[in-house]
Amino acid sequence: MKAFTYERATSAKDAAAKAAAHGGAKFIAGGTNLLDLMKLDVEAPTHLIDVNHLGLDKIEDTPEGGLRIGTQVRNSDLAADLRVRQRYGVLSRALLSGASGQLRNKATTGGNLLQRTRCYYFYDTTKPCNKREPGSGCAAIDGYNRILGVLGTSPKCIATHPSDMAVAMRALDAVVETVSPDGGTRAIPIADFHRLPGATPQIETNLRHGEVIASVILPPPPSGVQIYRKVRDRASYAFALVSVAAVVDHDGGRIRSARLAFGGLAHKPWRVPEAERALTDAPAIAASYNAAADLVLQGARGYGSNDFKIPLTRRTLAGVLAQAVEG
Amino acid sequence: MAVGVGAASLVTTGQGSAQGKAEAPSPPSMTPVRLSVNGQVHDLTLDSRTTLLDALREHLRLTGSKKGCDHGQCGACTVLVNGRRINSCLTLAVMHPDDQIVTIEGLGEPDHLHPMQAAFLEHDGFQCGYCTPGQICSAVGMLGEAKAGWPSVVTADLAQSPRLDDHEISERMSGNICRCAAYPNIRAAILQAAG
Repeated sequence: MKAFTYERATSAKDAAAKAAAHGGAKFIAGGTNLLDLMKLDVEAPTHLIDVNHLGLDKIEDTPEGGLRIGTQVRNSDLAADLRVRQRYGVLSRALLSGASGQLRNKATTGGNLLQRTRCYYFYDTTKPCNKREPGSGCAAIDGYNRILGVLGTSPKCIATHPSDMAVAMRALDAVVETVSPDGGTRAIPIADFHRLPGATPQIETNLRHGEVIASVILPPPPSGVQIYRKVRDRASYAFALVSVAAVVDHDGGRIRSARLAFGGLAHKPWRVPEAERALTDAPAIAASYNAAADLVLQGARGYGSNDFKIPLTRRTLAGVLAQAVEG
Repeated sequence: MAVGVGAASLVTTGQGSAQGKAEAPSPPSMTPVRLSVNGQVHDLTLDSRTTLLDALREHLRLTGSKKGCDHGQCGACTVLVNGRRINSCLTLAVMHPDDQIVTIEGLGEPDHLHPMQAAFLEHDGFQCGYCTPGQICSAVGMLGEAKAGWPSVVTADLAQSPRLDDHEISERMSGNICRCAAYPNIRAAILQAAG
Protein backbone atom coordinates (compact mmCIF):
# COMPACT_ATOMS: atom_id res chain seq x y z
CA MET A 1 0.00 0.00 0.00
CA LYS A 2 1.30 3.47 -0.84
CA ALA A 3 1.62 6.03 1.96
CA PHE A 4 -1.13 8.61 2.41
CA THR A 5 -2.14 11.34 4.79
CA TYR A 6 -5.45 11.12 6.62
CA GLU A 7 -8.04 13.57 7.91
CA ARG A 8 -11.62 13.54 9.09
CA ALA A 9 -14.33 15.62 7.48
CA THR A 10 -17.08 17.03 9.67
CA SER A 11 -19.81 17.71 7.10
CA ALA A 12 -20.58 16.89 3.48
CA LYS A 13 -19.50 20.37 2.41
CA ASP A 14 -16.30 20.07 4.43
CA ALA A 15 -15.58 16.70 2.79
CA ALA A 16 -16.17 18.10 -0.69
CA ALA A 17 -13.97 21.14 -0.01
CA LYS A 18 -11.18 18.95 1.38
CA ALA A 19 -11.38 16.71 -1.69
CA ALA A 20 -11.21 19.70 -4.03
CA ALA A 21 -8.09 20.90 -2.21
CA HIS A 22 -6.20 17.59 -2.65
CA GLY A 23 -5.57 16.29 -6.16
CA GLY A 24 -4.85 12.74 -5.08
CA ALA A 25 -7.57 12.45 -2.44
CA LYS A 26 -10.21 9.82 -1.98
CA PHE A 27 -13.09 9.60 0.44
CA ILE A 28 -13.09 6.63 2.77
CA ALA A 29 -16.34 5.46 4.35
CA GLY A 30 -16.62 1.74 5.18
CA GLY A 31 -13.34 1.15 3.40
CA THR A 32 -14.27 -2.42 2.56
CA ASN A 33 -13.62 -1.96 -1.17
CA LEU A 34 -11.11 0.90 -1.16
CA LEU A 35 -8.65 -0.69 1.30
CA ASP A 36 -8.92 -3.99 -0.55
CA LEU A 37 -7.88 -2.17 -3.74
CA MET A 38 -5.19 -0.10 -2.00
CA LYS A 39 -3.53 -3.26 -0.69
CA LEU A 40 -3.26 -4.43 -4.29
CA ASP A 41 -1.99 -1.04 -5.53
CA VAL A 42 -5.03 -0.80 -7.81
CA GLU A 43 -5.94 2.35 -5.89
CA ALA A 44 -3.20 4.63 -4.55
CA PRO A 45 -4.64 7.81 -3.05
CA THR A 46 -2.14 10.18 -1.47
CA HIS A 47 -4.74 11.54 0.94
CA LEU A 48 -7.78 9.92 2.59
CA ILE A 49 -10.76 11.94 3.76
CA ASP A 50 -12.76 10.04 6.37
CA VAL A 51 -16.47 10.62 5.68
CA ASN A 52 -17.80 8.59 8.61
CA HIS A 53 -18.54 11.66 10.73
CA LEU A 54 -20.65 13.92 8.51
CA GLY A 55 -23.81 13.67 10.57
CA LEU A 56 -25.48 11.79 7.71
CA ASP A 57 -26.16 8.47 9.43
CA LYS A 58 -29.96 8.53 9.69
CA ILE A 59 -32.92 7.19 7.74
CA GLU A 60 -35.68 9.79 7.75
CA ASP A 61 -39.25 9.87 6.46
CA THR A 62 -39.78 12.39 3.65
CA PRO A 63 -42.94 14.54 3.41
CA GLU A 64 -43.78 12.70 0.17
CA GLY A 65 -44.01 9.36 1.94
CA GLY A 66 -40.58 8.07 1.02
CA LEU A 67 -37.28 7.78 2.85
CA ARG A 68 -34.08 9.80 2.90
CA ILE A 69 -31.11 7.53 3.59
CA GLY A 70 -27.97 9.28 4.85
CA THR A 71 -24.80 8.36 2.98
CA GLN A 72 -23.18 6.93 6.13
CA VAL A 73 -26.04 4.53 6.88
CA ARG A 74 -24.52 1.06 7.02
CA ASN A 75 -25.83 -1.61 4.68
CA SER A 76 -26.81 -3.74 7.69
CA ASP A 77 -28.78 -0.91 9.32
CA LEU A 78 -30.57 -0.08 6.09
CA ALA A 79 -31.51 -3.72 5.48
CA ALA A 80 -32.79 -4.10 9.06
CA ASP A 81 -34.79 -0.85 9.19
CA LEU A 82 -38.44 -1.82 9.73
CA ARG A 83 -39.71 0.76 7.25
CA VAL A 84 -37.40 -0.65 4.58
CA ARG A 85 -38.37 -4.24 5.42
CA GLN A 86 -42.08 -3.48 5.29
CA ARG A 87 -42.25 -1.05 2.35
CA TYR A 88 -39.10 -1.62 0.30
CA GLY A 89 -38.56 -5.35 0.69
CA VAL A 90 -36.70 -5.53 -2.62
CA LEU A 91 -34.05 -3.20 -1.19
CA SER A 92 -33.76 -5.08 2.09
CA ARG A 93 -33.37 -8.40 0.24
CA ALA A 94 -30.84 -6.96 -2.20
CA LEU A 95 -28.70 -5.62 0.65
CA LEU A 96 -28.93 -8.88 2.59
CA SER A 97 -27.89 -10.88 -0.46
CA GLY A 98 -24.67 -8.88 -0.77
CA ALA A 99 -21.31 -9.50 0.92
CA SER A 100 -21.12 -10.92 4.46
CA GLY A 101 -22.46 -9.87 7.86
CA GLN A 102 -19.11 -8.29 8.77
CA LEU A 103 -18.86 -6.33 5.52
CA ARG A 104 -22.47 -5.10 5.68
CA ASN A 105 -21.72 -3.73 9.15
CA LYS A 106 -19.06 -1.45 7.64
CA ALA A 107 -20.22 -0.79 4.08
CA THR A 108 -22.20 2.42 3.64
CA THR A 109 -24.97 3.59 1.33
CA GLY A 110 -22.79 6.06 -0.54
CA GLY A 111 -19.82 3.73 -0.65
CA ASN A 112 -21.89 0.88 -2.01
CA LEU A 113 -22.91 3.03 -4.98
CA LEU A 114 -19.26 3.91 -5.60
CA GLN A 115 -17.74 0.45 -5.24
CA ARG A 116 -15.70 -0.67 -8.20
CA THR A 117 -15.98 -3.64 -10.50
CA ARG A 118 -14.75 -7.07 -9.45
CA CYS A 119 -13.41 -7.78 -12.96
CA TYR A 120 -10.44 -10.10 -12.40
CA TYR A 121 -8.27 -8.08 -14.78
CA PHE A 122 -9.04 -4.78 -13.06
CA TYR A 123 -7.69 -6.36 -9.88
CA ASP A 124 -4.61 -7.90 -11.53
CA THR A 125 -2.03 -5.14 -11.99
CA THR A 126 0.08 -7.36 -14.25
CA LYS A 127 -2.69 -7.29 -16.90
CA PRO A 128 -3.86 -4.46 -19.15
CA CYS A 129 -7.08 -2.76 -18.07
CA ASN A 130 -8.52 0.42 -19.56
CA LYS A 131 -10.35 1.13 -16.32
CA ARG A 132 -7.23 0.91 -14.14
CA GLU A 133 -4.77 2.27 -16.70
CA PRO A 134 -6.59 4.04 -19.57
CA GLY A 135 -5.24 3.11 -22.99
CA SER A 136 -3.58 -0.11 -21.83
CA GLY A 137 -6.25 -2.36 -23.35
CA CYS A 138 -8.79 -4.85 -22.03
CA ALA A 139 -7.62 -8.32 -21.09
CA ALA A 140 -11.15 -9.42 -20.27
CA ILE A 141 -12.69 -9.24 -23.74
CA ASP A 142 -10.62 -12.16 -25.01
CA GLY A 143 -9.95 -13.55 -21.55
CA TYR A 144 -11.94 -15.37 -18.91
CA ASN A 145 -15.04 -13.24 -18.59
CA ARG A 146 -17.59 -15.43 -16.78
CA ILE A 147 -18.66 -12.67 -14.39
CA LEU A 148 -18.52 -9.80 -16.89
CA GLY A 149 -21.00 -7.81 -18.95
CA VAL A 150 -23.24 -8.68 -21.88
CA LEU A 151 -25.17 -5.38 -22.19
CA GLY A 152 -23.92 -1.83 -22.74
CA THR A 153 -20.33 -3.01 -23.09
CA SER A 154 -17.73 -1.24 -25.23
CA PRO A 155 -14.59 -2.35 -27.06
CA LYS A 156 -12.69 -0.73 -24.18
CA CYS A 157 -14.39 -2.43 -21.22
CA ILE A 158 -16.91 -5.15 -20.36
CA ALA A 159 -16.88 -4.68 -16.58
CA THR A 160 -20.04 -4.99 -14.51
CA HIS A 161 -21.12 -2.92 -11.54
CA PRO A 162 -21.10 -5.32 -8.60
CA SER A 163 -23.72 -3.74 -6.32
CA ASP A 164 -26.96 -5.47 -5.37
CA MET A 165 -28.25 -2.42 -3.48
CA ALA A 166 -27.99 -0.19 -6.54
CA VAL A 167 -30.06 -2.62 -8.62
CA ALA A 168 -32.94 -2.45 -6.14
CA MET A 169 -32.58 1.33 -5.94
CA ARG A 170 -32.78 1.49 -9.74
CA ALA A 171 -36.08 -0.40 -9.66
CA LEU A 172 -37.33 2.00 -6.99
CA ASP A 173 -36.27 5.13 -8.96
CA ALA A 174 -34.04 6.38 -6.16
CA VAL A 175 -32.41 9.81 -6.35
CA VAL A 176 -28.83 10.51 -5.22
CA GLU A 177 -28.35 13.83 -3.41
CA THR A 178 -24.87 15.34 -3.55
CA VAL A 179 -22.93 18.29 -2.16
CA SER A 180 -20.23 20.09 -4.13
CA PRO A 181 -17.12 21.87 -2.82
CA ASP A 182 -18.91 25.25 -3.12
CA GLY A 183 -21.81 23.92 -1.03
CA GLY A 184 -24.11 23.53 -4.03
CA THR A 185 -26.39 20.51 -4.10
CA ARG A 186 -27.65 18.25 -6.86
CA ALA A 187 -30.32 15.56 -7.08
CA ILE A 188 -29.25 12.90 -9.58
CA PRO A 189 -31.75 10.20 -10.60
CA ILE A 190 -30.01 6.86 -10.09
CA ALA A 191 -30.56 6.11 -13.79
CA ASP A 192 -28.13 8.96 -14.56
CA PHE A 193 -25.70 8.32 -11.73
CA HIS A 194 -23.59 5.49 -13.16
CA ARG A 195 -22.14 5.62 -16.67
CA LEU A 196 -21.62 3.08 -19.41
CA PRO A 197 -17.94 2.37 -20.15
CA GLY A 198 -17.81 3.81 -23.68
CA ALA A 199 -14.35 5.20 -24.45
CA THR A 200 -13.69 6.23 -20.83
CA PRO A 201 -14.34 3.22 -18.58
CA GLN A 202 -12.23 4.84 -15.85
CA ILE A 203 -15.04 7.39 -15.33
CA GLU A 204 -17.75 5.39 -13.61
CA THR A 205 -20.20 7.98 -12.35
CA ASN A 206 -21.38 11.46 -13.28
CA LEU A 207 -20.07 12.94 -10.03
CA ARG A 208 -17.86 15.99 -10.50
CA HIS A 209 -14.49 16.53 -8.89
CA GLY A 210 -14.92 16.71 -5.14
CA GLU A 211 -18.67 16.16 -5.23
CA VAL A 212 -19.77 13.95 -2.33
CA ILE A 213 -22.89 11.82 -1.89
CA ALA A 214 -25.00 13.13 1.00
CA SER A 215 -28.05 10.87 0.82
CA VAL A 216 -30.26 8.67 -1.30
CA ILE A 217 -33.97 9.42 -1.58
CA LEU A 218 -36.48 6.65 -2.05
CA PRO A 219 -39.79 7.84 -3.52
CA PRO A 220 -42.96 6.41 -1.93
CA PRO A 221 -43.04 2.64 -2.49
CA PRO A 222 -44.66 1.57 -5.77
CA SER A 223 -47.57 -0.83 -5.51
CA GLY A 224 -46.98 -4.47 -6.28
CA VAL A 225 -45.02 -7.50 -5.18
CA GLN A 226 -41.34 -6.82 -4.56
CA ILE A 227 -38.77 -9.50 -5.36
CA TYR A 228 -34.97 -9.60 -5.50
CA ARG A 229 -33.55 -12.75 -7.04
CA LYS A 230 -29.81 -13.25 -7.25
CA VAL A 231 -28.19 -16.07 -9.20
CA ARG A 232 -24.60 -16.76 -8.22
CA ASP A 233 -21.89 -19.39 -8.12
CA ARG A 234 -22.38 -20.19 -4.43
CA ALA A 235 -25.36 -19.84 -2.12
CA SER A 236 -24.01 -16.96 -0.05
CA TYR A 237 -21.27 -14.34 -0.05
CA ALA A 238 -20.77 -14.15 -3.83
CA PHE A 239 -21.41 -11.52 -6.47
CA ALA A 240 -24.33 -11.87 -8.84
CA LEU A 241 -24.00 -13.58 -12.19
CA VAL A 242 -27.47 -12.23 -12.87
CA SER A 243 -29.83 -10.51 -10.47
CA VAL A 244 -33.33 -9.13 -10.92
CA ALA A 245 -35.02 -6.49 -8.77
CA ALA A 246 -38.72 -6.52 -9.59
CA VAL A 247 -41.84 -4.66 -8.49
CA VAL A 248 -44.81 -6.32 -10.13
CA ASP A 249 -48.43 -5.24 -9.77
CA HIS A 250 -50.95 -7.82 -11.03
CA ASP A 251 -54.49 -9.14 -10.60
CA GLY A 252 -53.59 -12.81 -10.84
CA GLY A 253 -54.27 -13.14 -14.55
CA ARG A 254 -52.82 -9.92 -15.91
CA ILE A 255 -49.82 -7.80 -15.05
CA ARG A 256 -50.83 -4.20 -14.36
CA SER A 257 -47.29 -2.85 -14.23
CA ALA A 258 -43.76 -4.09 -13.79
CA ARG A 259 -40.48 -2.47 -12.85
CA LEU A 260 -37.44 -4.60 -13.63
CA ALA A 261 -33.81 -3.78 -12.91
CA PHE A 262 -30.95 -6.17 -13.59
CA GLY A 263 -27.54 -6.64 -11.99
CA GLY A 264 -24.51 -8.59 -13.18
CA LEU A 265 -25.11 -7.69 -16.82
CA ALA A 266 -23.70 -4.21 -17.35
CA HIS A 267 -21.53 -1.34 -16.13
CA LYS A 268 -24.60 0.01 -14.34
CA PRO A 269 -27.91 -1.38 -13.08
CA TRP A 270 -29.83 -2.21 -16.27
CA ARG A 271 -33.42 -1.21 -16.91
CA VAL A 272 -35.36 -1.23 -20.18
CA PRO A 273 -38.57 0.86 -20.26
CA GLU A 274 -39.79 -0.88 -23.47
CA ALA A 275 -39.75 -4.24 -21.70
CA GLU A 276 -41.78 -2.84 -18.82
CA ARG A 277 -44.27 -1.24 -21.24
CA ALA A 278 -44.66 -4.57 -23.04
CA LEU A 279 -45.69 -6.15 -19.73
CA THR A 280 -48.26 -3.48 -18.88
CA ASP A 281 -51.73 -5.09 -19.09
CA ALA A 282 -50.15 -8.22 -20.55
CA PRO A 283 -51.49 -11.67 -19.66
CA ALA A 284 -49.40 -13.33 -16.95
CA ILE A 285 -48.15 -16.13 -19.17
CA ALA A 286 -44.78 -17.40 -20.36
CA ALA A 287 -45.15 -15.77 -23.78
CA SER A 288 -45.40 -12.33 -22.15
CA TYR A 289 -42.33 -13.01 -20.02
CA ASN A 290 -40.38 -14.15 -23.05
CA ALA A 291 -41.36 -11.08 -25.06
CA ALA A 292 -40.19 -8.88 -22.19
CA ALA A 293 -36.91 -10.80 -22.03
CA ASP A 294 -36.40 -10.21 -25.76
CA LEU A 295 -36.61 -6.49 -25.12
CA VAL A 296 -34.37 -6.57 -22.05
CA LEU A 297 -31.74 -8.51 -23.97
CA GLN A 298 -31.84 -6.42 -27.14
CA GLY A 299 -28.23 -5.84 -28.21
CA ALA A 300 -26.85 -8.38 -25.74
CA ARG A 301 -23.64 -10.12 -26.71
CA GLY A 302 -21.52 -12.63 -24.90
CA TYR A 303 -17.72 -12.74 -24.90
CA GLY A 304 -17.24 -16.48 -24.60
CA SER A 305 -17.27 -17.59 -21.00
CA ASN A 306 -20.16 -15.27 -20.16
CA ASP A 307 -22.45 -16.31 -23.06
CA PHE A 308 -24.56 -18.25 -20.57
CA LYS A 309 -25.73 -15.00 -18.98
CA ILE A 310 -28.07 -14.30 -21.87
CA PRO A 311 -30.28 -17.41 -21.49
CA LEU A 312 -29.81 -17.22 -17.73
CA THR A 313 -31.28 -13.70 -17.70
CA ARG A 314 -34.27 -14.88 -19.72
CA ARG A 315 -34.96 -17.76 -17.35
CA THR A 316 -34.39 -15.73 -14.21
CA LEU A 317 -36.78 -13.05 -15.41
CA ALA A 318 -39.44 -15.63 -16.27
CA GLY A 319 -38.99 -17.21 -12.85
CA VAL A 320 -39.29 -13.87 -11.06
CA LEU A 321 -42.43 -12.84 -12.98
CA ALA A 322 -44.07 -16.22 -12.38
CA GLN A 323 -43.18 -15.99 -8.68
CA ALA A 324 -44.64 -12.48 -8.50
CA VAL A 325 -47.95 -13.65 -9.96
CA GLU A 326 -48.22 -17.10 -8.41
CA GLY A 327 -46.62 -16.33 -5.08
CA MET B 1 -16.07 6.25 -1.77
CA ALA B 2 -14.46 7.75 -4.79
CA VAL B 3 -13.86 11.46 -5.23
CA GLY B 4 -16.04 11.74 -8.28
CA VAL B 5 -14.36 12.00 -11.64
CA GLY B 6 -11.18 13.31 -10.06
CA ALA B 7 -10.60 9.92 -8.52
CA ALA B 8 -10.52 8.37 -11.94
CA SER B 9 -7.89 10.81 -13.13
CA LEU B 10 -5.80 9.83 -10.14
CA VAL B 11 -5.67 6.30 -11.49
CA THR B 12 -4.52 7.55 -14.86
CA THR B 13 -1.36 8.99 -13.38
CA GLY B 14 -0.24 5.45 -12.84
CA GLN B 15 0.48 6.02 -9.16
CA GLY B 16 0.55 2.74 -7.39
CA SER B 17 0.31 0.71 -10.54
CA ALA B 18 2.57 -2.28 -10.71
CA GLN B 19 3.74 -1.47 -14.21
CA GLY B 20 7.29 -0.79 -13.10
CA LYS B 21 7.20 2.98 -13.50
CA ALA B 22 9.65 5.05 -11.50
CA GLU B 23 7.85 6.91 -8.77
CA ALA B 24 9.00 8.82 -5.75
CA PRO B 25 7.31 7.09 -2.81
CA SER B 26 5.67 9.40 -0.30
CA PRO B 27 7.09 9.10 3.19
CA PRO B 28 4.92 7.28 5.73
CA SER B 29 2.48 9.53 7.55
CA MET B 30 2.82 8.84 11.27
CA THR B 31 -0.35 9.55 13.23
CA PRO B 32 -1.12 9.40 16.96
CA VAL B 33 -3.98 6.97 17.65
CA ARG B 34 -5.75 6.12 20.89
CA LEU B 35 -7.21 2.63 20.77
CA SER B 36 -9.49 1.13 23.40
CA VAL B 37 -9.12 -2.63 23.25
CA ASN B 38 -10.66 -5.09 25.68
CA GLY B 39 -11.25 -2.26 28.12
CA GLN B 40 -7.68 -0.96 28.04
CA VAL B 41 -6.65 2.32 26.46
CA HIS B 42 -3.47 2.34 24.36
CA ASP B 43 -1.75 5.42 22.95
CA LEU B 44 0.11 4.54 19.78
CA THR B 45 1.80 6.37 16.93
CA LEU B 46 1.06 4.48 13.75
CA ASP B 47 1.73 4.73 10.05
CA SER B 48 -1.67 5.78 8.68
CA ARG B 49 -1.64 2.62 6.54
CA THR B 50 -1.84 0.36 9.59
CA THR B 51 -4.99 -1.71 9.55
CA LEU B 52 -6.81 -2.35 12.79
CA LEU B 53 -5.73 -6.00 12.47
CA ASP B 54 -2.05 -5.10 12.20
CA ALA B 55 -2.34 -2.65 15.09
CA LEU B 56 -3.82 -5.41 17.25
CA ARG B 57 -1.36 -8.10 16.23
CA GLU B 58 1.90 -6.25 15.61
CA HIS B 59 1.65 -3.28 17.98
CA LEU B 60 -0.50 -4.58 20.85
CA ARG B 61 0.65 -8.20 20.49
CA LEU B 62 -2.93 -9.44 20.60
CA THR B 63 -2.38 -12.28 18.17
CA GLY B 64 -5.69 -14.04 18.72
CA SER B 65 -7.21 -12.21 15.74
CA LYS B 66 -5.79 -13.97 12.72
CA LYS B 67 -4.63 -12.75 9.32
CA GLY B 68 -6.00 -15.17 6.75
CA CYS B 69 -6.61 -13.49 3.42
CA ASP B 70 -6.14 -9.84 4.51
CA HIS B 71 -8.92 -8.90 2.03
CA GLY B 72 -12.16 -9.44 3.93
CA GLN B 73 -12.87 -12.77 2.32
CA CYS B 74 -12.13 -15.28 5.09
CA GLY B 75 -13.32 -13.67 8.34
CA ALA B 76 -10.36 -14.89 10.44
CA CYS B 77 -9.71 -11.28 11.55
CA THR B 78 -13.25 -10.64 12.82
CA VAL B 79 -13.42 -8.47 15.95
CA LEU B 80 -16.23 -6.59 17.68
CA VAL B 81 -16.26 -2.80 17.37
CA ASN B 82 -18.88 -1.17 19.58
CA GLY B 83 -20.51 -4.60 19.73
CA ARG B 84 -20.60 -5.09 15.98
CA ARG B 85 -18.59 -7.68 14.09
CA ILE B 86 -16.30 -6.35 11.38
CA ASN B 87 -13.27 -7.49 9.39
CA SER B 88 -10.35 -5.81 11.17
CA CYS B 89 -8.17 -6.25 8.06
CA LEU B 90 -10.36 -3.86 6.03
CA THR B 91 -10.36 -0.87 8.32
CA LEU B 92 -7.62 1.54 9.38
CA ALA B 93 -6.57 1.87 13.01
CA VAL B 94 -6.65 5.68 12.70
CA MET B 95 -10.39 5.48 12.01
CA HIS B 96 -11.18 3.98 15.45
CA PRO B 97 -10.08 6.38 18.19
CA ASP B 98 -13.55 6.63 19.71
CA ASP B 99 -14.50 2.98 19.52
CA GLN B 100 -14.63 0.10 21.98
CA ILE B 101 -12.82 -2.84 20.39
CA VAL B 102 -13.17 -6.38 21.70
CA THR B 103 -10.98 -9.22 20.43
CA ILE B 104 -11.05 -12.91 21.27
CA GLU B 105 -8.70 -12.14 24.18
CA GLY B 106 -11.33 -9.83 25.65
CA LEU B 107 -14.30 -12.15 25.29
CA GLY B 108 -13.20 -14.69 27.88
CA GLU B 109 -10.21 -16.12 29.69
CA PRO B 110 -9.04 -19.70 30.17
CA ASP B 111 -10.73 -19.89 33.57
CA HIS B 112 -13.77 -17.85 32.56
CA LEU B 113 -14.72 -18.81 29.04
CA HIS B 114 -17.33 -16.87 27.14
CA PRO B 115 -20.38 -19.13 26.59
CA MET B 116 -19.57 -19.17 22.87
CA GLN B 117 -16.02 -20.35 23.56
CA ALA B 118 -17.34 -23.05 25.88
CA ALA B 119 -19.84 -24.16 23.24
CA PHE B 120 -17.11 -24.42 20.58
CA LEU B 121 -15.09 -26.63 22.95
CA GLU B 122 -18.08 -28.77 23.81
CA HIS B 123 -19.07 -29.32 20.18
CA ASP B 124 -15.52 -29.60 18.82
CA GLY B 125 -16.23 -26.60 16.57
CA PHE B 126 -12.75 -26.53 15.02
CA GLN B 127 -9.92 -28.65 13.78
CA CYS B 128 -6.75 -26.61 13.17
CA GLY B 129 -8.18 -23.66 15.09
CA TYR B 130 -6.88 -20.88 12.86
CA CYS B 131 -10.32 -19.54 11.92
CA THR B 132 -11.75 -20.09 15.42
CA PRO B 133 -11.17 -16.66 17.03
CA GLY B 134 -12.84 -15.03 14.04
CA GLN B 135 -15.64 -17.60 14.06
CA ILE B 136 -16.31 -16.98 17.75
CA CYS B 137 -16.22 -13.17 17.55
CA SER B 138 -18.41 -13.31 14.45
CA ALA B 139 -20.87 -15.67 16.14
CA VAL B 140 -21.14 -13.39 19.18
CA GLY B 141 -21.83 -10.41 16.92
CA MET B 142 -24.26 -12.43 14.84
CA LEU B 143 -26.32 -13.45 17.89
CA GLY B 144 -26.58 -9.77 18.80
CA GLU B 145 -27.90 -9.02 15.32
CA ALA B 146 -30.46 -11.82 15.55
CA LYS B 147 -31.50 -10.66 19.02
CA ALA B 148 -32.05 -7.18 17.59
CA GLY B 149 -34.44 -8.76 15.08
CA TRP B 150 -32.29 -8.34 11.99
CA PRO B 151 -33.45 -10.55 9.12
CA SER B 152 -31.13 -12.41 6.77
CA VAL B 153 -31.64 -13.11 3.10
CA VAL B 154 -33.07 -16.55 3.96
CA THR B 155 -35.59 -15.17 6.47
CA ALA B 156 -38.97 -15.97 4.91
CA ASP B 157 -40.87 -12.97 6.27
CA LEU B 158 -38.83 -9.78 6.46
CA ALA B 159 -41.33 -8.15 8.79
CA GLN B 160 -40.92 -10.84 11.46
CA SER B 161 -38.04 -11.40 13.84
CA PRO B 162 -35.99 -14.37 12.67
CA ARG B 163 -35.76 -17.74 14.42
CA LEU B 164 -32.25 -19.12 14.28
CA ASP B 165 -31.83 -22.59 12.79
CA ASP B 166 -29.06 -24.31 10.82
CA HIS B 167 -30.06 -22.58 7.59
CA GLU B 168 -30.12 -19.12 9.18
CA ILE B 169 -26.80 -19.69 10.94
CA SER B 170 -25.11 -20.89 7.73
CA GLU B 171 -26.23 -17.80 5.88
CA ARG B 172 -25.34 -15.38 8.67
CA MET B 173 -21.90 -16.97 9.18
CA SER B 174 -20.97 -17.11 5.48
CA GLY B 175 -18.28 -14.45 6.01
CA ASN B 176 -16.23 -16.93 8.07
CA ILE B 177 -14.49 -19.65 6.13
CA CYS B 178 -13.26 -22.86 7.80
CA ARG B 179 -10.92 -24.77 5.51
CA CYS B 180 -11.08 -27.77 7.83
CA ALA B 181 -14.84 -27.67 7.15
CA ALA B 182 -15.87 -27.97 10.78
CA TYR B 183 -19.11 -26.26 9.80
CA PRO B 184 -21.60 -28.79 11.27
CA ASN B 185 -19.94 -28.54 14.69
CA ILE B 186 -19.59 -24.76 14.43
CA ARG B 187 -23.32 -24.50 13.74
CA ALA B 188 -24.11 -26.82 16.65
CA ALA B 189 -21.97 -24.72 18.99
CA ILE B 190 -23.63 -21.50 17.88
CA LEU B 191 -27.11 -22.99 18.20
CA GLN B 192 -26.33 -24.02 21.76
CA ALA B 193 -24.90 -20.61 22.66
CA ALA B 194 -27.98 -18.98 21.15
CA GLY B 195 -29.99 -20.74 23.88
